[in-house]
Amino acid sequence: MIAALLQLALLFGGLSLLAFGGGTAVLPDMQRAAVDTYHWMTAPEFLAFFAISRAAPGPGSLIAVLIGQKAAGLAGAAVAGLAMFGPSCVLAYAASHVWHRAARSAWRHHVERALAPMAIGLTFASAVVLMRGTEHDWHAYAVTTAATLVLSLTEVNPLFVLAAGAAALLLAGG
Amino acid sequence: MPRSYPIPGDSIPDPSEHRPRATLPALFHAFLSIGLMSFGGGLAAWIRREVVERRGWLDDQQFLTGYALSQIVPGATNVNLAVFIGTQLRGVPGVLAALAGLMLVPIVLILGAGTLYLRSQATPGWGWIGTALAGMGAVAIGLNIATGIRLAQRNLRGVIPALVTLATTVSIGVLRVPLVEAMAVIFPISLALSVWQGRAR
Repeated sequence: MIAALLQLALLFGGLSLLAFGGGTAVLPDMQRAAVDTYHWMTAPEFLAFFAISRAAPGPGSLIAVLIGQKAAGLAGAAVAGLAMFGPSCVLAYAASHVWHRAARSAWRHHVERALAPMAIGLTFASAVVLMRGTEHDWHAYAVTTAATLVLSLTEVNPLFVLAAGAAALLLAGG
Repeated sequence: MPRSYPIPGDSIPDPSEHRPRATLPALFHAFLSIGLMSFGGGLAAWIRREVVERRGWLDDQQFLTGYALSQIVPGATNVNLAVFIGTQLRGVPGVLAALAGLMLVPIVLILGAGTLYLRSQATPGWGWIGTALAGMGAVAIGLNIATGIRLAQRNLRGVIPALVTLATTVSIGVLRVPLVEAMAVIFPISLALSVWQGRAR
């Protein structure tokens, strides 16, 4: 129990400071730690948690709280949440104070330009990791492909598409 | 009697001077409704609607600066944005009010949903919940890809950034290189290329 809490604190505390471009960036590392390294859950359970965190209101990074709860109960949820949001919030607070002073500096421009393509790559990487980790069958690939097309070409509310995806797999007989 | 002489610090106009003052309960309440309305993502759009359009606490320029900043600082973008707005409006107490408003209800909802899902797995006849969540997960993956595509369309200019994106996707997604190691190699290269490209222009 204490060991799990320490592991949660170290894992999410580290990921908090590595999540460049948003929480999605660290999903591959989260999945690896929760499923492969610490065996807190199976890959399908991780995907279900991911789905819950995306469908529920609030920040998607709240998946950390779900992982913490599965690993070590409510204490685990609290530790994971504090570790995931604490360090980055302190950093964001400090940055809010100094950032506007650097508005026209060259280094800020270059750092922004260097990080943007990496953040985009991390978005795609997390999709690849989630599909491979859960042994997507052809039904699931069809749903993912359809959802990608609908969500990139239209302005439909993602919540409707999430519901349609659930209905599609239920009708396909799971 | 109005002050007619300048005092130190007066030369920089406070941008919040002519804007409605954000009280802590109002800040909490604004982010509470943002947290509740943001089903299915798109949090930043809701934050802008509430803070810029409905309440007039920040103008668009301030909002966009905060949004850029929250993407550059590591961590969840929308949480960082709440920290930025809280700091701008009321300092540390403002940050705490915004974060509490944004997260408390979603945390309770998400933990409840997680518990229901784990119980349903062990209960015969409730396996359909797992299937439904697998379907939603498949869509959520598509949402990630679609977001990546939109960001790429708007932000990737030229071959070099596209190659950096590809290298990141392949190393972390396919080869499963840990994030720290991949960043340690790719970021310096990307930074050097950005500086070099800037010089070449």
